[in-house]
Amino acid sequence: MKYVDEFRNPELISKTAEEIRRLVDPQRHYRIMEVCGGHTHAIYRFGLKDILPANIDLIHGPGCPVCVLPMGRIDDGLSIAAKSDVIFAAFGDMMRVPGTQGSPLEHKARGLDIRIVYSPTDAIKLARTNPDKHVMFFAIGFETTAPSTALTLMRAKAEGLKNFSVFCNHVTIIPAIRAILDSPDMRLDGFIGPGHCSTVIGCRPYEWIAKNEAKPIVVCGFEPLDLLQSIVMLLRQMRNGEAKVENQYKRVVPWEGNGAALRAMGEVFQLRPYFEWRGLGFISQSALRIRDTYADWDAEQRFSIPGIRVTDPKAAQCGEVLKGVLKPAQCKLFGRECTPENPVGALMVSTEGSCAAYYNYEHRKGNLVSLTATA
Amino acid sequence: MNGEPKLAVATPKIRFRDPQIEMAHGAGGKASRRLIEGLFVPLLYEPSTDFLADAAHVTIGGARVAVTTDAFVVKPLRFPGGSIGELAINGTVNDLAVSGAKAEEIVVTFILEAGLSTGVLEAEVRAMAGAAEKAGVRIASGDTKVVEHGKADQMYITTTGLGRILPGLMMNPRSVRPGDRILLSGPIGDHGITILLARGELDLAADLSSDTRSVFPMVDALVAAAGSGVRWMRDPTRGGVATSLNELARDSSLGVVLHEDAIPMRDEVRGACELLGLDPLHIANEGQFLAIVSQECAEDALHAVQEIPGGSDACLIGEIREQPAGAVLVTTRYGGSRIVDMLVGDPLPRIC
Repeated sequence: MKYVDEFRNPELISKTAEEIRRLVDPQRHYRIMEVCGGHTHAIYRFGLKDILPANIDLIHGPGCPVCVLPMGRIDDGLSIAAKSDVIFAAFGDMMRVPGTQGSPLEHKARGLDIRIVYSPTDAIKLARTNPDKHVMFFAIGFETTAPSTALTLMRAKAEGLKNFSVFCNHVTIIPAIRAILDSPDMRLDGFIGPGHCSTVIGCRPYEWIAKNEAKPIVVCGFEPLDLLQSIVMLLRQMRNGEAKVENQYKRVVPWEGNGAALRAMGEVFQLRPYFEWRGLGFISQSALRIRDTYADWDAEQRFSIPGIRVTDPKAAQCGEVLKGVLKPAQCKLFGRECTPENPVGALMVSTEGSCAAYYNYEHRKGNLVSLTATA
Repeated sequence: MNGEPKLAVATPKIRFRDPQIEMAHGAGGKASRRLIEGLFVPLLYEPSTDFLADAAHVTIGGARVAVTTDAFVVKPLRFPGGSIGELAINGTVNDLAVSGAKAEEIVVTFILEAGLSTGVLEAEVRAMAGAAEKAGVRIASGDTKVVEHGKADQMYITTTGLGRILPGLMMNPRSVRPGDRILLSGPIGDHGITILLARGELDLAADLSSDTRSVFPMVDALVAAAGSGVRWMRDPTRGGVATSLNELARDSSLGVVLHEDAIPMRDEVRGACELLGLDPLHIANEGQFLAIVSQECAEDALHAVQEIPGGSDACLIGEIREQPAGAVLVTTRYGGSRIVDMLVGDPLPRIC
């Protein structure tokens, strides 16, 4: 498959892995955070930990939008879905995220009209084909998906579509990284920067991490070779005592970002003064709301929202895992009360959540590295 | 389920605690297994110690026969490469085939929604007749029920198949040994991805069709070549190759190790899975089978299957090892590895 196989080429991968081994100082321990859940998933899916030196520790970051969404927002969204004549549309990875009364999927089994869509424009199509229903799109995601929600709202407004609204849960990546860095128990040597999100925001917004925090960051693609190359770039910076922003994912990410996407976001969204993140608490200016000029399509303004706040189950240590303080398997509930099938915490739900990725791909492997090496 | 009919005695241990039935309970993955093992087995099946399989070998009046039953609720009814009628016959034939039996007689029930056009029904009956003729099975009897408009989605079909057991086979997950090889009959994921695209909900198109077919000719050749060297067979339908092999890993307490680059797959399937974030190992197949074959017999068995028309893509995709006990491990070309679990949830409801 073109544009994929080149980045999974076994020869290049083993060469790059060799380069990593050369660059690593055996006396040193490296703690590198991959911010994005897509990277977490790729690291486990491709079994990259098996080919990295043991003293490189990859810490999973907060960049999984499903994982950081507080349970109360799901309850709020489902309270709208419970109104008659409402179709609740969301991406597939939202479907099994538990609210206090069950996940959207469980509500669907009880008779609510809940549909999976692959893009917000599919939700618009639903609204057009169901004129007697109200279609509410449950929007989540970082800057990666926010532009498509913005364009969808612009289209709904241009068409004068009356039976469509968006329940906006879009968040922004930079405040989350800042919160991680401000956390006193966090010691990191560098960042693998988010790839998809950076196609929109570009690389410039990360410069403060290099300048003020003196941490290297490399914006990175999602194939095995991308990840290994980015680790090489980070290790080179560390060896040379540098801290700068580099772009490994140049084939997709422009340094300045995507102007058209940013303009669409600016047209439709404004920053919320603060927003609650699961595991991280309230973070100021970390999320987007729909501007008043689009109030007719804003589910939060159209419907009365209970504004439910739910504290996470006490035993679940999602916050610590989310911040990278604990490894998934170190949580008391991991693999017992909390599994991908019956998730207690959101990190276990999305395939991009570090707990689900670890559970699905890693935890039963045990000491099999030698086994795979001989395969 | 042999022996004397058993009265409901004592208090069977019901472990199924899910408050309601969800789509995932029909997806063939973990939730299905929980429902079957937690509710159906304790009340209907115990104290049998047999492993659960898609078909059973039963003794009636001294004669051993294979029996299976299946229901078809696929949406849409027709899709590139097949339709519900063909699936109903081939699915039944294949469940019997991988239990080591040749399908002989099938009985059919139609559940029809009032308002279904006769043309649609006739086309499906013709498709069934064609598939039955091709597979050499007879439709022995049937039943018809009609429900109100809106209470079924056009039509559902259920089947029960009876088959003649092939001699010389001793299949059981417990007979699987470390070193045994894993044979797969052809490329994976065609059926599931075809259905997904045929629904038209995604703006994706690909030149792909369902792999629905009888796998019996290939199974027959395999058994003739390897005999008791065939330890276990399964058709990886709902939940895909990963789910079938996880069941084997669990039932045998051995490790199933797959080599990723040995698993045949069309580019269209790989591409769709990459785009949609699906694992092709979880995607349903309707015309493939998996077999565990002893190491000594593996090459001969493979050649025998490859000789059969439609079997040329068959290959060996991995082997059985002591570790990781009870799990499926996939090794990548560059020395990485990952565990692949059973399907959780249901990305693709009503696939067959």
